[in-house]
Amino acid sequence: MVRCSWHGYAIEVPDQRLPADSFEYLALPLCDQLYNFAHWLTQDRSEAEDLVQETFVKALRGFSGFQAGTNFRAWIFRILRNTFLTSRTGLKLSQEEAELDSIIAADPSPEAILISKADRGVVRQAMQELPVPFREILLLCEVEEMGYEEIAQVLAIPIGTVMSRLHRARKALRAKLIDRIKGGSHGM
Amino acid sequence: MACESFSEKLDAYVDGELPPTQANEFAMHLRGCATCAVDALERIQMKRSVADAGKYYQPSVEFRKKIEASAHKPSKRGNFWGWQVVALPAALVLLISLSMIFLVSREKAKRDRVYGELADLHVATLASATPVDVISTDRHTVKPWFEGKIPFTFNLPELQGTDFVLVGGRVAYLHQTSGAQLIYRLRKHELSVFIFPDRGAESASWASDPLTTMSFTFETWSKDGLRYFVVGDVSGPDVDALSKLLRNAG
Repeated sequence: MVRCSWHGYAIEVPDQRLPADSFEYLALPLCDQLYNFAHWLTQDRSEAEDLVQETFVKALRGFSGFQAGTNFRAWIFRILRNTFLTSRTGLKLSQEEAELDSIIAADPSPEAILISKADRGVVRQAMQELPVPFREILLLCEVEEMGYEEIAQVLAIPIGTVMSRLHRARKALRAKLIDRIKGGSHGM
Repeated sequence: MACESFSEKLDAYVDGELPPTQANEFAMHLRGCATCAVDALERIQMKRSVADAGKYYQPSVEFRKKIEASAHKPSKRGNFWGWQVVALPAALVLLISLSMIFLVSREKAKRDRVYGELADLHVATLASATPVDVISTDRHTVKPWFEGKIPFTFNLPELQGTDFVLVGGRVAYLHQTSGAQLIYRLRKHELSVFIFPDRGAESASWASDPLTTMSFTFETWSKDGLRYFVVGDVSGPDVDALSKLLRNAG
């Protein structure tokens, strides 16, 4: 296994000696990405570790059912997300869904916000405050650079829902950022 | 407003999800529309910021090792071995079956070759001007004639009360081995009895019942280290009758 950097993000390159259809070859390079996603969802290190560990166990057990040639990344991310949904933290998710629109309604003005690199911490905190459905779709789209179709596979929702949820998630994040940039140290 | 239709597609545009023609159209619009251009720029910056901020959590080295160890256990190769547990014995059974079919067919081919040679010897003897080297209906004349000519001795049956008549005998050769060929007559048919030293392993595949091949009936058996063959253009029961007399001889 070779570790290297991709967009400043540590990734693992599969060991060329492993068979290309083996679980190790496909899954191990995604370990860091899965962990990052899990930590964003759970907001807790040990919970994230448990989530990734359980995802690997489930994926390994169900690997014979994985169709070779289809999207392995979407498949394993979906396992992680489903595992999270059934966890204690994840159970709150369904309640959060109803509150989404009230968060978007907080967008006060149409003015543009331009974010510099120095605001990374602000963006991170705004993301942490987002409800999980918004947080996860933003992570899949921006961090994992998944296309709409792949996101639809992970979240098990239609592409139309991916588009509308992504739009609402961005609006919500924007509202939080404006709130933070204008309101100074609110919640920081 | 013309911008409305574009702003709806702004997300898809910045996400690279618009078809190429629509994306080009959008790019053209952005050049002439400051509002949409600022909007697009803001969203692209947001995307970058989220991407940067989102790549934040890293697993510990210990945890990564733990995951790596857990992933190395079974895999598709594991399933392959699972499949092999069933396939290996099946392959072995198949291999053994094929080997046996091959061996049986090889033995059969060898046996047919011997029968073919014996039939040739039988026909050649009958066609010969001197079918037998010792002409006698008396077994006590024929048997001693072979002494010194072949490396073994044998007993001939008493034929009194049967339809079989001893015609005579000659030395025959099969696979560079000398043996005895006796000619018997049954009604108007001639039968040959061949006696050769038995070669142990080869005897295993010989069928003991009369066998008809190439219109000749064969019967063979092994007794006291000698391999007997009876060949004739008669029926199985006739060949069997002569065989029984020979088996009980002595």
